[in-house]
Amino acid sequence: MARMTMIEAIRNAHDLAMDRDRQVVVFGEDVGYFGGVFRCTAGLQKKYGSNRCFDAPISENGIVGAAVGMCAYGLKPVVEIQFADYMYPAYDQIVSEAARMRHRSAGQFTCPMVIRMPTGGGIFGGQTHSQSPEALFTHVAGLKVVVPSNPRDAKGLLLASIEDPDPVIFLEPKRLYNGPFDGHHDRPVVSWKNHELGDVSEDYFTVPLGKAKIRREGSALTVLAYGTMVYVAQAAAEEAGVDAEIIDLRTLLPLDLETIEASVKKTGRCVVIHEATKTSGFGAELSAAVQESCFYHLEAPIVRVTGWDTPYPHAQEWTYFPGPERIKRAFAQVLEG
Amino acid sequence: MAGTSGKTSGARSKSAARSKGGAAKSSPAIVEFTKEQELSAYRHMLLIRRFEEKAGQLYGMGLIGGFCHLYIGQEAVVVGMRMASKDGDQMITGYRDHGHMLAMDMDPKGVMAELTGRRGGYSKGKGGSMHMFSKEKQFYGGHGIVGAQVSLGTGLGFANRYRENGAVAMTFFGDGASNQGQVYESFNMAQLWKLPVVYVIENNKYGMGTSVERASATTDLSQRGASFGIPGEQVDGMDVRAVMAASEKALEHCRSGKGPYILEMITYRYRGHSMSDPAKYRSKEEVQKMRTEHDPIEQVRKRLLDNGWASEDDLKAIDKEVREIVAESAEFAQTDPEPDVSELYTDILL
Ligand SMILES: Cc1ncc(C[n+]2csc(CCOP(=O)(O)OP(=O)(O)O)c2C)c(N)n1
Ligand SMILES: [Mg+2]
Repeated sequence: MARMTMIEAIRNAHDLAMDRDRQVVVFGEDVGYFGGVFRCTAGLQKKYGSNRCFDAPISENGIVGAAVGMCAYGLKPVVEIQFADYMYPAYDQIVSEAARMRHRSAGQFTCPMVIRMPTGGGIFGGQTHSQSPEALFTHVAGLKVVVPSNPRDAKGLLLASIEDPDPVIFLEPKRLYNGPFDGHHDRPVVSWKNHELGDVSEDYFTVPLGKAKIRREGSALTVLAYGTMVYVAQAAAEEAGVDAEIIDLRTLLPLDLETIEASVKKTGRCVVIHEATKTSGFGAELSAAVQESCFYHLEAPIVRVTGWDTPYPHAQEWTYFPGPERIKRAFAQVLEG
Repeated sequence: MAGTSGKTSGARSKSAARSKGGAAKSSPAIVEFTKEQELSAYRHMLLIRRFEEKAGQLYGMGLIGGFCHLYIGQEAVVVGMRMASKDGDQMITGYRDHGHMLAMDMDPKGVMAELTGRRGGYSKGKGGSMHMFSKEKQFYGGHGIVGAQVSLGTGLGFANRYRENGAVAMTFFGDGASNQGQVYESFNMAQLWKLPVVYVIENNKYGMGTSVERASATTDLSQRGASFGIPGEQVDGMDVRAVMAASEKALEHCRSGKGPYILEMITYRYRGHSMSDPAKYRSKEEVQKMRTEHDPIEQVRKRLLDNGWASEDDLKAIDKEVREIVAESAEFAQTDPEPDVSELYTDILL
């Protein structure tokens, strides 16, 4: 067991996957020689050579398209899109090619690829470095979508994603790279080195896709969250003294409906939280799913706490970011109902 | 910089083609500057440098959040280009944009206040360092997504042709950006439709932590339009005179209806890619060599002194004046209030 940051855990997962399977290749912008702008691939080129870990030009469309082609011939590319905000040029390849290859070739060709992207805000990145585009992927049949919230999960989920025979969008909340963040931006930062979830086995292990994790058991209401918002919800629950059951979804697609359903049927109340904008956000899907399966158990309308329906701002970041105060208000609202 | 965009028609040509890559595609000649032009170039480049140094300081003090990309080292590119351009020509670039805005005569106060996210900023604090605009000054941004501005600049060129306004869209992007697919879609359209666009590739040798050699199959970026028949040349982007001479030629080509032109400016950024760059991809010696041997401002300074066109005291006075403008902008950027929260909901469909 070692203490790792999320960056170190991700790097370690790459290392183990490359060591175990020669079909795994790793590439992206600044990924090889430089080791990635967040250092997630540092040292891999040195260890495995520039044939297996290499730099790509700034050509997102080409990067993902080439990865799809590699997959068709049996390689297992793990590509990094430097920030999720830069993924749009590649969206066509992700949606039209990667997601559908298996279906339209009647299973002859698959896309065992992972596309990693740092996501989310809380780092003063403004509108082109803070977005949470998960719903653009969950809307696409054929993709799996994963959002880890801590180093241990990041490693286990990444290894499971690399093993998976289909394309996985792996969204890494960049605000969590070095430590958990509960939305109190004016308090000292906490490092994973001082956090139990920073304890990561150095051995090869996987965390299964499609399985949520209950981070806090409770009976008053159910919180559905992922990524950074798990910690913000925990802070809100503690500060408000609300006995919330907090579910860290970990995988958005396929969704662990079983865990969600059991919890909401127990608590009768549900708050859905994400950083992304509200309209057509993943929260809408979650609300609908809960309503469909738990309607007769609900004692109050489901409440969503999300980013505002605006571009991610430069100034006023903390007004945009759904912090503990907004979540506490949502708790009060569902408990009243 | 209005008023400095004088013609060099009377100026004399001195040396022949100088940059590597063959005479056909390199700058035709170095054009000697007049005293006024040297002084103007000096002052404008110095303004950019001092502004950027101050922005770096404010960033270090925590007053600027997020991303901030300094232009230090590349000043001659935008200043030389602006000296050759006419009022009415548009400019558009990526996120390393502060120098471009100052060259387009935008108010340093409004630029600095945007960096600190204040309401007096050019985007009311909503855009930040990478996203600023000025309709009045014909500056079309400030774009954070690498390569996106190349297509937009192409559209500006179309609008110019459509309106027959005689203007040229000066479209700047980096060596790294030159590998984006949409650059080539743009090149094709621009040549197909004979659009007045000068594509200015600022080759500072690195895209973030990746050198041109590690990202580009061919490194003479001036020839990237060859398959579309777009002429291009490499220019010594550290010499403001070479930049201006090449820009005049390119702008004239566009204005006369011959379609787009590519200028690859060979330049260098002294600072990190952004403020959080560990700079592990190049040596300190490499940076130092560029600073001491090729600095664009030092070159002008030396010529001014050598020609007896300015004394040390004259140059000190210019520096003082520039520093005051910058100090004033920094002061404003710290005292101006943040935008009202309600601004989050303006300029967006709800
Ligand atoms: C579509 C897209 N991909 C990647 C990035 C991240 N990124 C920002 S700047 C940069 C390097 C660009 O290099 P270059 O074009 O040479 O410009 P320079 O920074 O040297 O001025 C990269 C990879 C981005 N902003 N947008
Ligand atoms: Mg560059």
